[in-house]
Amino acid sequence: MHTTPDRAGRETAPGTVSDLDISKMRTIRTIPYGRILSVGLIVLAAFGIVRAFAMGDINWAITWQYMFWPTIMMGLFNTIWMSIVCMAIGVVIGLMCAIARDSVNPVLRGASIFYTWFFRGAPLILQLLIWFNLALVFPRLSLFGLFEARTVEVITPVTAAILGFGLNAGAYASEIIRAGLLGVDRGQFEAAKAIGMTGATALRRIVLPQAMRTVLPPLGNEFISMIKMTSLASIIGFSDLLRSVQNLYFVNTRVIELLMVATVWYLVVVTILSIFQQMLERRFGRGFVRRAQR
Amino acid sequence: MNGAAAATPLVSARIVGKTFQDFEALIEVDCDVMRGEVVCIIGPSGSGKTTFLRCINQLETYDKGSIWLEGELLGYRRVGEALQPLTEKEIARQRRKTGMVFQRFNLFPHLTALQNVTEGPIQVLKRRPAEAREQAMALLARVGLEAKAEAYPAELSGGQQQRVAIARALAMQPQLMLFDEPTSALDPELVGEVLQVMRDLAADGMTMIVVTHEMGFAREVSDRVIFMDKGRVVETGTAAELMSNPREERTRGFLKSVARG
Repeated sequence: MHTTPDRAGRETAPGTVSDLDISKMRTIRTIPYGRILSVGLIVLAAFGIVRAFAMGDINWAITWQYMFWPTIMMGLFNTIWMSIVCMAIGVVIGLMCAIARDSVNPVLRGASIFYTWFFRGAPLILQLLIWFNLALVFPRLSLFGLFEARTVEVITPVTAAILGFGLNAGAYASEIIRAGLLGVDRGQFEAAKAIGMTGATALRRIVLPQAMRTVLPPLGNEFISMIKMTSLASIIGFSDLLRSVQNLYFVNTRVIELLMVATVWYLVVVTILSIFQQMLERRFGRGFVRRAQR
Repeated sequence: MNGAAAATPLVSARIVGKTFQDFEALIEVDCDVMRGEVVCIIGPSGSGKTTFLRCINQLETYDKGSIWLEGELLGYRRVGEALQPLTEKEIARQRRKTGMVFQRFNLFPHLTALQNVTEGPIQVLKRRPAEAREQAMALLARVGLEAKAEAYPAELSGGQQQRVAIARALAMQPQLMLFDEPTSALDPELVGEVLQVMRDLAADGMTMIVVTHEMGFAREVSDRVIFMDKGRVVETGTAAELMSNPREERTRGFLKSVARG
């Protein structure tokens, strides 16, 4: 049976209370076997992977040689601007849909629900193919007689990709933004109205800035997946980063070396984006994170 | 101010009714508040006090009777014999005449205390930012918080937040201040500082309607006390009359239960 010493060092019997002071005693460390084991496994796996790639049949010099190749730079540029444009379209549509979703007007509400249902439901590749082949359905496009053109001239790989990705991103963004709006306390809207704001001003100045805090992380996620999804547009002839790399290895057969070039660039872009997202999150988190009292 | 204007109440409610689904929140509420008057509304929870206040500020619509502010019908325009609801913009303009202080403060958490106060003047009244800041600092000084101008609401105590909320409402230079149980969400030791600000405001001649459970404040500051129960105004009188010598049985019962608590 264990006994513990009290302040004076006397042993006391279990079941009795002594004036023990734990700060006066030596602590015995508990060994975290589970953690040690997992660290060991991770180190081992990392070593294995690095070794495999170092000894594997990859000519890293070639990877480096193609890193800033002009056609790859062009593809990278296309991937970046396409992602930014489509994400911007997505956020604008998403915001409108999120607001319409909570409208008192049933037509607006229904339209918003239908939009999200359709563009989230149909596979993205399918949507891209439909946009690209729009000329098969509508040979000519016209806008109330103000503007008319042959569909094949308007729907290029670029416009088809913008439509496909932008409208799809809008459907996802609408749900994200709606969740963010729902997360803002109703009292905020009332307080904004009480100082004479209209609904639009209250939304822009009071509710949206607060919703941004919860909207940014999932929206950042969407942006990152958008960057990678643009590679899907290669099937309708848009030359993004992945496509430009493929074009090169079809010729020189340096498949892995060139795929590594693409991998590096995708990771670089996503890293920059993550840093940017962190900055934005800090900006919109103001007032919510307790600062040190002054 | 001419004689006629002085005689017109700032706020008039005439047989106001409000129904939520099948619950009658307000029934034939009549009430006049003159300029410079401080009126406290007391009564048990669910008696319609807060709903009435929210109707005056049009955060809630009323569906019977009429409410008038400076002789202007709230929420509607008369077109011959018919009524046309005002647009959102027009309602926002009517609302600017009243300031509202909420039970749960409802400060804008993403803005500093100073920005909370300047937001309305800059965004709604289109004041120049420098001018709005100057006015806001004066208001924060008035509620004793100029040192906390750069603090965010989360860094302030409940009492401080409510004082900023009062400054925010005052920044719109309202004709009328509405207080919806302004001290009910506060720790007991913080109630005093908020009541003191309200007392100063009353002494400066601000017209105030205060929904409150603070009987001491009602007795000391208000010109008139309205007792409401089950959606109706049961009794109205000066604080002394109503509290020391209530005519109605229900008022007596309520005052007794509050005194016990």
